Amino acid sequence: MESIQSPTEAHFITQEPYYEPVGNEVTLFEAAYANRLPVLLKGPTGCGKTRFMEYMAWRLKRPLITVSCHDDLTTSDLVGRYLVKGGETTWVDGPLTRAVRAGGICYLDEIVEARKDTMVVIHPLADDRRMMPIEKLGQLLEASPDFCLAISYNPGYQSVLKELKQSTRQRFVALSFDYPKPELEARIIRHETGLDEAATAKLLKLAEMTRNLKGNGLEEGASTRLLVHAGKLIAQGVEARAACQGAVALALTDDEDLIAAVNELIAALF
Amino acid sequence: MRISPPLAGEELTRRLETTFDVEFTFHKVGHLVAILAPLERDTQDFILDLVDRIASTNIQISYEFTRRVVEALDRLDRRVIEAWAVHAMDTYDQVGLRPALEVLFKVDDFLTHAHARAAGAFFHEVQPVLSSFLCGLSGRRLDLKEGEQVYTDSERLFLPNVMALMESEADNFLLCKAQVTFMWAQTRFGSARVDFAGVLSRYPDPDQALAAFQALDSLRLDICLARELPGLWRDMQGLSRRHGDAAIPAGWLSFTAVLNRDPAVPETALALLDTAYVLEPPAARVYQARLNPPAIAAAREARLERETILLRVKLAKLAEEQRRKAPAAPPDPSEERRTPPPAQFEAKPEGLGWELTLDDQPIAPPEDVKQLLTSIALDWGEIPPEMLVAAGDGEYDAARYEVKEKDPNEVWQGTYHLEGAHLYPEWDFARQHYRKNWCVLREIDLEPGDPAYVAEVIAKHQGLVKHLRRTFEAMRDESKLLKRQPQGDDVDIDALVEALADARDGREMSEQLFMQRHRADRNLAVMFMVDMSGSTKGWINDAERESLIMLCESLETLGDRYAIHGFSGTTRKRCEIYRIKTFDQAYDAGVKARIAGIVPREYTRMGVAIRHLAKRLNEVEAKTKLLITLSDGKPDDYFDSYRGQYGIEDTRQALFEARRSGIHPFCITIDREGKAYLPHMYGHANWVEIDEVRKLPLKVADIYRRLTS
Ligand SMILES: Nc1ncnc2c1ncn2[C@@H]1O[C@H](COP(=O)(O)OP(=O)(O)O)[C@@H](O)[C@H]1O
Ligand SMILES: [Mg+2]
Repeated sequence: MESIQSPTEAHFITQEPYYEPVGNEVTLFEAAYANRLPVLLKGPTGCGKTRFMEYMAWRLKRPLITVSCHDDLTTSDLVGRYLVKGGETTWVDGPLTRAVRAGGICYLDEIVEARKDTMVVIHPLADDRRMMPIEKLGQLLEASPDFCLAISYNPGYQSVLKELKQSTRQRFVALSFDYPKPELEARIIRHETGLDEAATAKLLKLAEMTRNLKGNGLEEGASTRLLVHAGKLIAQGVEARAACQGAVALALTDDEDLIAAVNELIAALF
Repeated sequence: MRISPPLAGEELTRRLETTFDVEFTFHKVGHLVAILAPLERDTQDFILDLVDRIASTNIQISYEFTRRVVEALDRLDRRVIEAWAVHAMDTYDQVGLRPALEVLFKVDDFLTHAHARAAGAFFHEVQPVLSSFLCGLSGRRLDLKEGEQVYTDSERLFLPNVMALMESEADNFLLCKAQVTFMWAQTRFGSARVDFAGVLSRYPDPDQALAAFQALDSLRLDICLARELPGLWRDMQGLSRRHGDAAIPAGWLSFTAVLNRDPAVPETALALLDTAYVLEPPAARVYQARLNPPAIAAAREARLERETILLRVKLAKLAEEQRRKAPAAPPDPSEERRTPPPAQFEAKPEGLGWELTLDDQPIAPPEDVKQLLTSIALDWGEIPPEMLVAAGDGEYDAARYEVKEKDPNEVWQGTYHLEGAHLYPEWDFARQHYRKNWCVLREIDLEPGDPAYVAEVIAKHQGLVKHLRRTFEAMRDESKLLKRQPQGDDVDIDALVEALADARDGREMSEQLFMQRHRADRNLAVMFMVDMSGSTKGWINDAERESLIMLCESLETLGDRYAIHGFSGTTRKRCEIYRIKTFDQAYDAGVKARIAGIVPREYTRMGVAIRHLAKRLNEVEAKTKLLITLSDGKPDDYFDSYRGQYGIEDTRQALFEARRSGIHPFCITIDREGKAYLPHMYGHANWVEIDEVRKLPLKVADIYRRLTS
C-alpha cells in the first residue's frame, strides 16, 4: 500500500538552533504565543523563517510540526483521513490535528501555495475560537492551550490567484522578515559555513549584485540560504566560481542570458 | 557512390536564363555558363543552389555573385562562400542594392572581416548578457548601446557592432566585458564627475593634459577594479598580455603608491596631474576606454537639474506621508499662521542602499529615491544638503522631468522610426535564411466600438452560449474526479461493491475504494490572436467577433487566464498588434467594447504577429499555453512578397518557433472554401475550418479538451 507520509516533521528540539535575531521578532513571537495569537511570517524565501521557527520551538519547549505547502495539499492532508487496511478502516490524524491535540507549534510554510479550501480549517483555528472542525469524524476539536499556529508567505510571488485574503491575514500577528543587514548576514554565513572573512565578503558582494538584478530579470536576488549553500561548497574545497555557479546562478533562474550574466558576475568576483 | 555527370552547357544556359529572368533583365549568361561548365556536378549544384536563393532576393546580386563565385571558390571553403552570400543579402535588406554589390565586389574586405565574423563578439549577442551583468554592478543604472567608439557619457556605455581585436571568440567577449566594467568604473569611481573644462584649461596644452589625466585615472581605476572585482581583474591582465599591451613605464608605475591611498575618488589622480603632465603618457591597455569629456558634460548637465528636482519633489511626497502618519503635535499658538519650514532630510549610504532620515526618524526610501540618491552622489561625491530639502508646493512641475513612455501612436506620426518598437526576424524560404530585424511591430490599444454589441450577440446566440457553457462546465469538472484511489474525499461505490464481493468470495479486498477530487488549479493560459486584415471584411469579421465572444463566455466558466489581441498592418515596417484584453484585465465592459471595435483594417503579416504574441504568452507562467488564431487564413501583405508561398512559409516557421518554446498553436479558420496549405502551416490536428459560428462550439470544445487534458 502506498505510503501516506506527509512532509511533516514533528519533534521537540533539544539542541538550541543557531539563530541570529534580526529585530524584535523573538519578543513579538513570545508575546503572540502568550496571548494565543496565530503568527504570520512574511518575507522572501531563504531569509531565516524556518530557522526562526525552530529556534522559537526550542525556546518555548514545544514540539514543532512543519508542513511545506504545495498546490496539491488538501484539507485532508492537514486534518487527517480514513484509511482502509484489510477490511478495517482506521482514522489517521493529519499533522495539523496532531499539533492541535498535542499543543505543538504547527508551521505551515508557503501557505499561499496550498489549495484555497484548506482555509476552511485555518480560519476557526486562527480566530479566538481556536477550534478545528473534523468533518469526517463529526468532531469539533478544541485546541490545546499550548497550540500555536504559524504560517509563512512570500509576498514577492506575484500570483494573481494566490494572494492571501485580507480576512485570513487580519487574524494573524505579522512578523516581517528580510535578508539580514550585511554585517549580520556575514556573521550567519561564517557561522554556518566556517568560511573566512574574505571569502564571506565576496559572497556578500555576490548577493548584493544579484539583488541589484531583482526586478531587472530576476524575481529574487540570492537569499541567505543560497549564500550558505555556496559557502558550504567552498568550505568543502569546491572551486569558488563553480560553487557559486551551481549554488547561486542556476538556483536563481532558468533564463540562459541571466544565468550567463550571473556567471559573469561570479567570475568577476572570484 | 555514383557521381552524376556535370551539367552540360545547354542545361546550364536554361537554368541561368530562368533564374535571371533574362527575357526582362537582358542579362547575358554565356560567359557564366563557360565558367560553370567545367566544374564538377557537386560544385555546380552548390553554386546553383546559392544562385537561386540569392535571386529570390535580388537578381542583380545573384548575377554578380555568379560572376565571382568560381574564383572565390579557389580560396574559400563553402561555408565562407555561403556566409558571404548571406551577408550580401543581409546588406541588401538593410541598406540596399549598392552596398550589397559592394560586398560582392570586395571579396577581400569580406575576408578580412571574416575573422570578425568567425571570432568576433557581436553587439546583439553580448548585449543581453552584459546588460544584466552591468545591472548587477552597483551604482547608477547604465544603458548598453551600440556605437562607433567605446566610451561612456556616464549614462550610456557604447560598444561597437562587432568586437574582433582578439584572436578567439572567448577573448573578444571577455574584452567587451572588460570594457563595460572599465566604463562602469569610470562612472562608479567618479571619473565622470571631474570638471574637465575647468581642469584642462589650466594647462597650456589641454589635449596633453587630458591624455595625462586619462593615463593616471586608468591606473587609479585599475587599482579599484583589482580590489572590487579581483576575478575579472585577473582575466583582464591575461587579456592585456594576449593583446600585447606594452608594460607601463616605470615613471608611471611610481604613481601607484600614491593612488593606492585613496583610489576610489578622482581627486587622488587630479592631485598628480601637474607631475604627470610633462611625461610621455603610456599607451592605453586594450580594455581601457577613452574618456569623452564633451559627451560626459552634456549628459551631466541635462541630468543635474532633472535629478535634483525629481529628488526634491519625491522627498516632499515622503515628508507629506510621514506627517500624516505621525501623531499631530500639539498646536503651538505662536506658530499658528506660519507655514512649517520645508522638511530637511539626511541621507547616509548604508549597505546596499541609503539610510534616509527626517527629524531623526528613519524613512525607508522607495526604489526610485534610492536610484536618485545613488546617481546624485556619483555626480557630487556626496549628497549636497540643499538637495535634500523637500520641494515646496508648486515649486516645480515634476511631470516635465519624469521619463515618459512614448505613446506609440505619436511615434508613427512624423517619420518612420524605431523608438518603442519591437523588431522581429522573418523567414525567407527561398533564401533558406532569416531576414534580420525585418519587421517593425508596435502594440497599440484598440479603439472601443459599440458597448452594446456583446450583449446583442449573446442574446442572438442564447442557445449556443448555454450549450457552450454546459460543455465547458462539464469539462471543468470531468478532469477532476479520480476513481479507485487509496484515499479520497468520497467513497467510490463501484469499487466498494466489487471489494465487498471479493471479500465475500474469500479474495483479498482492494484498498482503493475512494474517489479523489483532483482540484488542482487549472494551469492554463490562452492567447487569442484575431485577424483584423481587410480580407476579413463582411461576414468573416462578424463571425470572428461572435466566435470570440462565445469563446470568452466559455473561458469565463472555466476560470482560465486568457488574453486577446488583434493584428494587422501594412508592410514589414508597420506591423501592428491591437490590445483588446491583456492577461491581467477582467472581461469587463471595456474589453467588450473593444471586441466590438474589431474592424477590418489593412493586411495580414501573420509571422511577426505570431512571434510577438508567442513572446507575450511566454511571459505568463502556465503549464499549458495555447495560441489560438482566428483568421480567414490568408497571410498576405501590401504589395510585397508576403503573399503566396513566402507568407505561408514564414507563418509556418513562426508557428514552429512557437511550438519549440512550448506553446500549442491552433487555428480557427473562418471561410467557405477549404485551404490546402493550412495543414502545412498548422499540422493536421491543429486547425479547424468553420463556415458559420454555430459550428464553433462542437469543434472547439473537442479540441480544447484534447489539448488540455
Ligand atoms: N537570522 C538567521 N540566523 C541564523 N541563520 C540564518 C538566519 N537567516 C538565515 N539563516 C540561514 O539561512 C538558511 C535558510 O533559512 P530558512 O530558515 O530555511 O529560510 P526560509 O524559511 O525563510 O525560506 C538557514 O538554513 C540558515 O543557514
Ligand atoms: Mg523555508
